[in-house]
Amino acid sequence: MTRLGSTPPSAQSANPSAGLNIDFIRSEFPVLARKIRGKQLVYLDNAASTQKPQQVIDAISNYYSQSHSNVHRGVHTLSQEATDLYEGARGRVGKFIGAQDTREIIFVRGATEAINLVAHSFVRPLLKPGDEIAISGLEHHSNIVPWQLLCEEKGSKLAVIPVTDNGEIDTQEMKKILARRPRILAINHVSNALGTVNPLREIVTAAHSEGVPVMVDGAQAMPHLAVDMQQLGCDFYCFSGHKMFGPTGIGVLYGRLDMLESLVPYQGGGDMILSVSFEGTIFNELPYRLEAGTPNIAGVVGLGAAVDYLTGIQMAEIQDYEDTLCSYALERIDAIPEVRIIGKARHRAGVVSFLVGDVHPHDVGTILDQKGIAVRAGHHCAQPVMERFGVPATVRASFAFYNTRQEVDTLCEALEDVTQYFN
Amino acid sequence: MSELTELYQEVILDHNRKPRNYGEMENFSGQADGYNPLCGDRIKVFLRLEGGQITDIKFQGTGCAISQASASLMTEALKGKSVDDSNRLFEDFRSLVTGNSPNATSKSLGKLMAFGGVSKYPVRVKCATLAWHTLKAALEDQGQCTTEK
Repeated sequence: MTRLGSTPPSAQSANPSAGLNIDFIRSEFPVLARKIRGKQLVYLDNAASTQKPQQVIDAISNYYSQSHSNVHRGVHTLSQEATDLYEGARGRVGKFIGAQDTREIIFVRGATEAINLVAHSFVRPLLKPGDEIAISGLEHHSNIVPWQLLCEEKGSKLAVIPVTDNGEIDTQEMKKILARRPRILAINHVSNALGTVNPLREIVTAAHSEGVPVMVDGAQAMPHLAVDMQQLGCDFYCFSGHKMFGPTGIGVLYGRLDMLESLVPYQGGGDMILSVSFEGTIFNELPYRLEAGTPNIAGVVGLGAAVDYLTGIQMAEIQDYEDTLCSYALERIDAIPEVRIIGKARHRAGVVSFLVGDVHPHDVGTILDQKGIAVRAGHHCAQPVMERFGVPATVRASFAFYNTRQEVDTLCEALEDVTQYFN
Repeated sequence: MSELTELYQEVILDHNRKPRNYGEMENFSGQADGYNPLCGDRIKVFLRLEGGQITDIKFQGTGCAISQASASLMTEALKGKSVDDSNRLFEDFRSLVTGNSPNATSKSLGKLMAFGGVSKYPVRVKCATLAWHTLKAALEDQGQCTTEK
């Protein structure tokens, strides 16, 4: 294994960290070798979805070629193998995020489903007319709309923690909202639109001191930060596999065991029951009670492989490398005279959101695509964030540990071309 | 950069920089708001109709160069045209930008031929057609439309 250390001197000078062997790491992601419109792909749309290492692709392929069957029900060998792979991944995911018990890991389709699950099974039964649900002004639509639907149904209100000009949440205002005892605080760990890292320890402490449970959308944190449930202390945390080098269609809801015990069933079906008769049904135990139907077994196997991959590199190494890379990107992009960066949080991860003069982000995106550079142009499913900063859309360059300084340079040269082109 | 020059032709860049027939209209006979929820582009089209003829047309909006230039060039092309002509032109324009262009000739489309490059960028087709969808709604005076229809 040569992902750590032993970086050849040439790569050392080119890349910000000697800790990771980026050339080797890049060779493990087959798509990074692709040419787009005749140019070498520069993939800077990682906040939308990350690419997959061969290890993850192989795990899914091997599962389907060698070990597929249904889980939790067969007496035959293949069913046992599939169950072992599925439950083994649950254990490794739990360990990866510092869960105390594997039953705290519920497999879902993604962060969106996890938030809907908590809204339906935890908050909904508690919610009365006039109650509040607290979110922040930095949320992705997936952490806004489920709560709006619930408020509409129950005659409850959404309380939104305002965002400062830097793109950070206003913690003073947050405390005022928490003092009104909302039924839950739902907040992201890292903003997908601006890259702001929220001070979760401080937020959870403030919420818990008012008796308010906290649900964290960690989709954008998982690929960048070492995340430890015991250190964060939140009640629920969720994330999507595809944003952390795993497959699409699989995600995780973590819940502290005592919280999960209180959840009413989310969906009814097979696997979530112990016995069914027409007179009544006895539900299964956690975590199965919340995983109705045949699960996305291959997705879980792939997510397990992604967790193994990240564990092999170590999140601390990734964090070090990305801190240096993102600081470099911020500095270089900010140095282009026509560029205006949106969101200048002190603590940030993975994302630089910006505008290029008067050029519309979609035009920037198309010109960059022509040069093989993939960025997101639009509102990033966070329209309230765009509105807060008075812009309809931004260009977003988002990074992963397989990105390099040279790629940042390629991006900046292309941005300079954009300004010339539209002058 | 050749495909790009084909997409962002000088006439498109020019109309994006200096949109023609831009502004509000009083006493309009038709008006509609167009919105592309995917990218947030917005276009408002105002029309004055007399005896089946578009005697005046204006637009307002925000969005990418393709959407704004398309609106500007559309207003230029339609002033003085009949409603039937404008419907035909929309069909030809749609064929041009989607790449099935048996009818798309410079004879019928004139300056609108500048949008031929759009067909190589399928995600940008909605940017080019937003103004036209909005026009259609304004002709029917429906008030609003989106490209998601």
